[in-house]
Amino acid sequence: MPEQTVIEAVRDTMRAEMRRDDSVILLGEDVGSRGGVFLASDGLVEEFGENRVIDTPLAESLICGVALGAAVNGMRPIAEIQFADFMWPAINQLIGEASKVRYGTNGVKTAPMTVRVPYGGGVRGGLYHSQSIEVLFAHTPGLSVVAPATPYDAKGLLATAIRTNDPVIVLEHKRTYRLVKGEVPAEDYTIPIGKAEIKRPGTDLTIFTYGLMLHYSLQAAEMAAANGIDVEVLDLRTLRPLDADAIAESASRTGKALIVQEDTPAVSISSEVAAIIGERCFFDLDGPITRLGPPELPPMPFSPIQEAAFMPSPEKILTAITKLAEI
Amino acid sequence: MAFNIELPHVGESVTEAVIGKWLKAPGDRIEKYDPLVEVTTDKVNMDVPSPASGVLTRILAEEGETVPMGSIIAEMEAADGSVSGGEGVSGATESASSPAAGLAGRIGTLVQGANVGPTGGEFSDTSLSTGDEPAARSPSQAASAPPASPSISRQKGFSPVVTRLAAQHGIDLASLVGTGLGGRVTKKDVLAAAEKSDSGAGTAVQPQIDGVSSEDQVITPSPIRRLIANHMVKSMSEIPHAWSAIEVDVTGMVEWSAANRDSFESEHGVRLTYLPITLSVVAEALKVNPRLNSSWVDGKIVLKGAINVGVAVAAEDGLVVPVVHAAAGASLVELAGKLSGVVNRARSGSMTLDDVQGGTFTLNNTGTLGSVWGGAIINHPQAAILTTEAIVKRPAVISENGSDSVVVRSMMNICLSFDHRIVDGAEASAFMQSVKTGLEAITLSSDLK
Repeated sequence: MPEQTVIEAVRDTMRAEMRRDDSVILLGEDVGSRGGVFLASDGLVEEFGENRVIDTPLAESLICGVALGAAVNGMRPIAEIQFADFMWPAINQLIGEASKVRYGTNGVKTAPMTVRVPYGGGVRGGLYHSQSIEVLFAHTPGLSVVAPATPYDAKGLLATAIRTNDPVIVLEHKRTYRLVKGEVPAEDYTIPIGKAEIKRPGTDLTIFTYGLMLHYSLQAAEMAAANGIDVEVLDLRTLRPLDADAIAESASRTGKALIVQEDTPAVSISSEVAAIIGERCFFDLDGPITRLGPPELPPMPFSPIQEAAFMPSPEKILTAITKLAEI
Repeated sequence: MAFNIELPHVGESVTEAVIGKWLKAPGDRIEKYDPLVEVTTDKVNMDVPSPASGVLTRILAEEGETVPMGSIIAEMEAADGSVSGGEGVSGATESASSPAAGLAGRIGTLVQGANVGPTGGEFSDTSLSTGDEPAARSPSQAASAPPASPSISRQKGFSPVVTRLAAQHGIDLASLVGTGLGGRVTKKDVLAAAEKSDSGAGTAVQPQIDGVSSEDQVITPSPIRRLIANHMVKSMSEIPHAWSAIEVDVTGMVEWSAANRDSFESEHGVRLTYLPITLSVVAEALKVNPRLNSSWVDGKIVLKGAINVGVAVAAEDGLVVPVVHAAAGASLVELAGKLSGVVNRARSGSMTLDDVQGGTFTLNNTGTLGSVWGGAIINHPQAAILTTEAIVKRPAVISENGSDSVVVRSMMNICLSFDHRIVDGAEASAFMQSVKTGLEAITLSSDLK
């Protein structure tokens, strides 16, 4: 089976979907002749032309607003946000409007739009190219939020997002773009929204995570295995709606839950996962629901030393694993 | 007349305003409708006019502060007759009863029935209309919220899954050796125990006991067995035991019993044994040797007012010690009746709480088991325990009228274990002599009732 990086999987999936369905268009900053700042759309304008691969001004509200208008009127736009950090001007178009189209029109209209968002840190991006922005969207009913961490999941979930008749935010961790390489079948497939996946089965405790932290958690689990601790790693994959059944099943089975995320923990995905476990697994728990994230500080620091100190690492995850396993 | 100046409501959905520049200072004379202070709301910027003529006395809301509409922003002393009431004015006495006015500005309050819909709409939030109480939390409420505890107690308590699994598999958690932090019993520990107990026959098997081979049988003790065990350990580890034993010639008691047993039973409906007789004698001996009827409590000796003698009984589950209350002074008939009652209840497992509480001394009739000597463990927290051993016929030397002769007598050893913190050998011996004297005083012609 051919191997691809995440960015290659994203590019091939967009190309395949655009070939498959003429109503799929791509718009964003530099997505045309530049091929996107991460080269996600490299070569697409050459194949599909400027009417379907649209360079936009530096205006995220426009990108999402136009995508929404097109979506409500029958297109299947893919809006590319250059960096998640710049997404805030589009909040109204997404949270205020796109999320409410189906409800607000009593189902007469829907907004089949996809917003692709490179997010996350660990890339020396500093304050404005490293943010984790998932919570705001994951909080919003009417939006789906997926966060594939592998090339395989990136393809399957992006294809699903494009074909879904409601707005989907696709969070692509920018550090995984070229860091993670894996098998991607050439044939067409989709992965349902709202389905988590156990990426590593284990018996002693479960790590619940997503994005880049999946890979760090898998590394930490390998290190823990050398110490005789059998760690299960569950990749949430979809952040809204969370796969509560899978979360509860794993937490109940291992009895110990460690939630690892790159975003700051207060009022976050980990809060929600912890709540699900608390509500559904109380009588199966054998330790405190534990969360690992960066300190509650606004930045992703620019200094490499501080950035490393800020972000969870395999070593930090291993420490948390060991502590929880020993309880 | 002193009164408060309130920030006037300006309608629409405006619920709060930012205080701007104060145009008057405390001490300034002001006329009614003079501009007092500039305020900014999300709808309008405006000057708040003075509601009366007089002297501004105190400014309560500083420049830059965000305050809810209607809150008190200043105090003034008004010229008589200039106060017409209405919006913007409230009696100064209210100021004293609402000390949180300044704090409320920082905390914010929920406005009752405020227009919360789009501007110009008709949506009023009636859900907040719960009365006249301000909705803001008081500082004491805010302060009393306990901080979240990030960790569980690791030494004490069982996790939810541990208790659930233990109940499911009928595992006694106290019997498990925990492998978790601080000896905590983990889910794995319970599952391991459950596996062993499910695969093994009958009673649950303890996990991980050193030196147990496959030929050995490991029994998880019953709760009462464990209770006894704990009690014994407590007694032996806390009480410095000392022992004493003497021989008692009970020939007279044996003869008296043989002579009176049938009539006693037919008269009182209770079978007469030696136990009520010795109990009666022991109770009297305790009366004159009160130190044997005491407890060591927190470095002090507590002489017990009541003489309640516990009687060790071998019940089906193990040793139990029902208590005969108010043993001293009771007649033989009463003692026999009480004893018969508690012993029957002990053997049938139907003892009441009263039957096992309040013992001050314990009598253990090991003689029925054939024992001739014993070093009993004191029934904590009592001061002593007395065993009455087997009555055996032995050649004994008796002295009568200056000459010794060997005769066959019924002899019984009595053995005392005592708390050496409370009692020394002399006192123990004095008590033993009291019992001996009391028992040997019984003769065929005694009139025991």
